[in-house]
Amino acid sequence: MKRVSAIAIGVIAIIFVCSLGGSVFAPAGHAKQFRENPNSPPSSRFLLGTDELGRDRFARLLFATRVSLLLAPAAAALSTLLAALVGTVAGFLGGLWEKLSMVAIDVFLSLPWLFLLITVRAMLPLNLSPSLSVVITFALLGLLGWAATARVVCAGVRSIRSSTFMLNARAFGCSPQRLVAIQLIPNIRPVLQAQFLVSIPTFILAEANLSMLGLGVPEPLPSLGGLIVELENFSTLNSQLWRLAPVAVLALCVGALQIVKGINEAQI
Amino acid sequence: MRRKALGYALSVCVLLVIEVSAASQLRFCLHSNPKTFNPLMVDDDASEAVRYLTGGVLVRLNRRSQLLEPELASSWRVSGNGRSITFTLRKGVRFSDGTPFDANDVAFTMKSLMDPALHSPIGDAFRSAQGEIATATSGDSKVTISFPAAVAGLDKLFDQVAIVSSRSPMKERAVLGPFTVSEYKAGSYLVLQRNPNYWKKDGAGHPLPYLNSIRLDIEQNRELELNRFRRGEIQLINAVDASAFDQLKVQSSSAAIDAGPSLDSEEMWFNQVPDAPIPAYKRAWFQQKEFRQAISSAINRDDLVRIVFHGHAASAAGPVSPANRFWFNSNLKPVAFDPTAATKLLAHNGFHMDGSILRDGEGHAVEFSILTNSGNTSRNRMAAMIQQDLGALGIKVNIVTLDFPSLIERMTRTFAYEACLLGLVNTDLDPNSQMNIWLSSGENHQWNPAQTSPATAWETECDRLMRAQASATNLQRRKQIFDRVQELVAEQQPFIYLVHKNSLSAIANTVRGADPVALSPQTYWNIERISLLSEGAAK
Repeated sequence: MKRVSAIAIGVIAIIFVCSLGGSVFAPAGHAKQFRENPNSPPSSRFLLGTDELGRDRFARLLFATRVSLLLAPAAAALSTLLAALVGTVAGFLGGLWEKLSMVAIDVFLSLPWLFLLITVRAMLPLNLSPSLSVVITFALLGLLGWAATARVVCAGVRSIRSSTFMLNARAFGCSPQRLVAIQLIPNIRPVLQAQFLVSIPTFILAEANLSMLGLGVPEPLPSLGGLIVELENFSTLNSQLWRLAPVAVLALCVGALQIVKGINEAQI
Repeated sequence: MRRKALGYALSVCVLLVIEVSAASQLRFCLHSNPKTFNPLMVDDDASEAVRYLTGGVLVRLNRRSQLLEPELASSWRVSGNGRSITFTLRKGVRFSDGTPFDANDVAFTMKSLMDPALHSPIGDAFRSAQGEIATATSGDSKVTISFPAAVAGLDKLFDQVAIVSSRSPMKERAVLGPFTVSEYKAGSYLVLQRNPNYWKKDGAGHPLPYLNSIRLDIEQNRELELNRFRRGEIQLINAVDASAFDQLKVQSSSAAIDAGPSLDSEEMWFNQVPDAPIPAYKRAWFQQKEFRQAISSAINRDDLVRIVFHGHAASAAGPVSPANRFWFNSNLKPVAFDPTAATKLLAHNGFHMDGSILRDGEGHAVEFSILTNSGNTSRNRMAAMIQQDLGALGIKVNIVTLDFPSLIERMTRTFAYEACLLGLVNTDLDPNSQMNIWLSSGENHQWNPAQTSPATAWETECDRLMRAQASATNLQRRKQIFDRVQELVAEQQPFIYLVHKNSLSAIANTVRGADPVALSPQTYWNIERISLLSEGAAK
């Protein structure tokens, strides 16, 4: 099991390192338009050919992977942190606090998050640089994606709260702060880890969804979602299979993350 | 044995009948449900398609020649300097339910159209001034309609007015056009049957239309529409995008037809609204004619045409497309791509390079955002190309895509934007349809809408010219005046016109008589003369 997990982590690491070395592997850059070569097939100059505007697909794929693999985990960390806070407080205090938190979570889950995202994004200043805009998009995903995880965390904390070792600790006069720090957090950590790993592909795909609506990462920056949107004209794919590279990278990343998550859960 | 043979022959006959009736049913897609079947209330593309196919009009604009032709009116005469029009009607014409057609129906239609309670969008085009519109009939076949003030291009407006019956119990379902609505399932399809009482005949005396029926499938997804065309489930697509067009061309060169530049244009403009929430120094750039001209010169329109539209577009010179043969000012040429000239113009106005960044006289880096609507691939690509073109001058462009309601909110209410890239869909050839764009008081005068008095001298001149052309009745004089408006716009560049997309359509090789044009409805404007061959015959 550990070996499979190591291979999965290795795959993600290799993809990530390659994406960081974008300027070495594809010196043309992700934004430069070679207008004399639009839609060209793979060649020694452009390993995955060029897109509609003559931009190097390989350079764009590397940069997009970097964006997604850096920012999706950051968004997942943000949402897991928020979920940990809300879930732990609700689960640990119980009673009215738990009920109120659950109502808040239900309300949050019932919100049409896509419309919420679109609305929030429409209110952002227009002259944000593309990089900042990407960071904000993922931050929004993180800020809006905590509710389902909070419910799982709350259930985990509730079960730990009523466990024998917590009763014993309380009986020995352990303070609530110490109970949380020493007993609760170490025991809830595997749940948080699993939720973190689940959230990463969710956010990569959420960005892809936003890109489908044209509201993801702005030009000229690429993202995995944005590159997948370019496949919408699927009738030409048969003869241009190299255009599926973003799907392959996304599948590889999500698959590897799922394997790591599965093994983590098995170890719990 | 004999019984078996008889049965076999009968079943062959039945099959043949089914095949013939299926073969004479034309199929194509609408992209939404028609909002109304009342021809006087049409305000959306789907309803307009139904009106075109079912409605009978007094005069029809021939989409090929762009000239008016007699339909229910055998002749007409505009008099009183465009204040009244007299139609002489055809005799012996009947509505689809058999009710006779006469001058009272025309009078009734005009009265209904102008009824303020109806809020007809078509009626608005006739409202030239305060006051009543009078209709006077003379016998059954003559009707005069008088307006309180001159209406420019009066006769052409009647291309949109489908005559409704004043007497038929079926009301607006009784039609004078080639087809009638026979079946409608919301969200799914609409079937039109041949109008048995249609008055028109072809040169050989055969009654028109040739088709027995039309099935309009409601399909929002353009990709699915294209796939259905490829599978032979539909036979026409009115508008396909450039990349789909090229694929179709490869698969079947006869199916994909490029009818040349359409009336539509793609353009960008800068926000010049005086109290818009943008920095004052940026507004000052945007209000400089030379700044706008420099931006226009720095955009490579030929590349936009070649790369974004795969060659299926024309660089735009101004607001009127060359497809609009009469009103297009042929003296205007598209702004040439000339970054050197752009740099000189900017330098002349105090802009200078600081390393790779262009700065204005006060040292502000030249940076602005271009707003466009999300989900429009060609517009996003154009924006990305403009970003690179302007980047070469040291100008930083941020592209912002927003959902349409948010974009409209910024464009028309809050004015919280710097530049915008959008398209203008033109369906009318006459410049009067552009009054709300060119008058400084117009709501669609996008760079600075609804001005109480013109902000600049050239806008004052533009207002004067537009009003003059609207009140002139001599067509050549109107053309002269509107040519000057086009020249003013080309010089001032309030809209930086980029391209006119070509009218691209798809027509199955089983369809005979289709003659696609740039004007809407591109593929079926001559629906009466369209017929279908069976698959075998087509092969």
